[in-house]
Amino acid sequence: MLEFDLHWQRGGFCLQAQGRLDGGVIGLCGPSGAGKSTLLALIAGLRQPDAGVIRWHGKVLVEPARGVFLPPEQRRIGLVFQDGCLFPHLTVQQNLLYGYRRRPAGERLFRPDAITALLDIGHLLTRRPRDLSGGEKQRVALGRALLYSPSLLLLDEPLASLDSHRKQQILPFLQQVRDTLGIPMLYVSHAEDEVRYLTDRLWHMEAGRLHTGPAGKSIGP
Amino acid sequence: MLTPAEAEALALSAKVAFWCMVTGLLPGVALAWLLARGRFPGKALLDALVHLPMVLPPVVPGYLLLLAFGRQGPAGQWLNETFGLNLSFHWTGAVLASLVMGLPLLVQPVRLSFQLIDSRLEQASRSLGAGPWRTFLTITLPLAAPGILVGAILAFSRSLGEFGATITFVGNIAGETRTLPLAIYSYIQQPGGEAPAWRLILISVGLALAALLASNALTRRLQRQLGYRDHA
Repeated sequence: MLEFDLHWQRGGFCLQAQGRLDGGVIGLCGPSGAGKSTLLALIAGLRQPDAGVIRWHGKVLVEPARGVFLPPEQRRIGLVFQDGCLFPHLTVQQNLLYGYRRRPAGERLFRPDAITALLDIGHLLTRRPRDLSGGEKQRVALGRALLYSPSLLLLDEPLASLDSHRKQQILPFLQQVRDTLGIPMLYVSHAEDEVRYLTDRLWHMEAGRLHTGPAGKSIGP
Repeated sequence: MLTPAEAEALALSAKVAFWCMVTGLLPGVALAWLLARGRFPGKALLDALVHLPMVLPPVVPGYLLLLAFGRQGPAGQWLNETFGLNLSFHWTGAVLASLVMGLPLLVQPVRLSFQLIDSRLEQASRSLGAGPWRTFLTITLPLAAPGILVGAILAFSRSLGEFGATITFVGNIAGETRTLPLAIYSYIQQPGGEAPAWRLILISVGLALAALLASNALTRRLQRQLGYRDHA
């Protein structure tokens, strides 16, 4: 279970977010510039909040007031970027195994062949990212994050760069991930219909404010 | 075709240029990274200092090196007492002189390639369990490889052409510090030295041209391998 209460300010932009994620999929919607990506970066540890706290099953990941900041590589939080962010100098296979190799054998949740089969990317393993289509890139990016065995998966507009036809091809894979792997997911998108395909639990973000609605409850101090 | 003295100058130049490139890589990459990514007070000053030799008359850095690393200089005395090293009037001094002069040319392309790397790739690496160092070694450095290669070749070529700082710091000693440009200069000063001077001039032009062409070809190949370009 992830609980957070975060405050972050840069220039004139101020982000205030309180929420709680206890499994399943939560969609995070809102116009661009609302701070959705910033919230993911804060949770993943790519940015440091000015104040607040993030707890994962009670363990504090970050708390500026006490000088606690766990760097991203120690948080075990998977991240899928909008355009995949595959490493261009590595093959698909090397990309897939990049995080897998950093995980001790006992902590690995999935076998590479199981993930490549699930995402139907087995035939791409020797290719370089530049030779992949947009949809293939996103599936590889998803596989790379999954093989890292994350205990939480953050997806930042993973389908935004794809046309609606390709989206329809990827969404079933995301459903598969949701139904068979059981990793909690926070799914960011500005397209609500896309999110509704995966979950009916929605959070909204607007002008730096997170509204968790009925799905999320605010946490006490 | 070449007299022993000419061949000696050529071999010495190659040796100096090679060591200039090798010893320059680590400080060059480190400086390039600091200038590309670092945020610290005095960064503008460091930037200016690195590039200063490009705009100074080469005799100035040469003379300052002589003051610092000469037998009486503080750095020179320290090196001599601690390691028994003596740079002045020695070919290793020629390496240092061309390193100082070549560093801006090495740093510039490396810095540019660090700046061009999409920082989200490094974030992706961090979020896949790789710490800052591993991310640097497995993502940042390989992606900057084309720039590093260009920088290394430019440093090598610059060293082949280094004249002013070298002659000021380590003199013009045949077989020790008389590199290609110094040999050309010496022949031009001698009566009847035109023929050997011309041979060495042609070699210089050929070497410089070859280095630049090789740098271009290697960069294109590397960029293709790294996925920056298509197969075209």
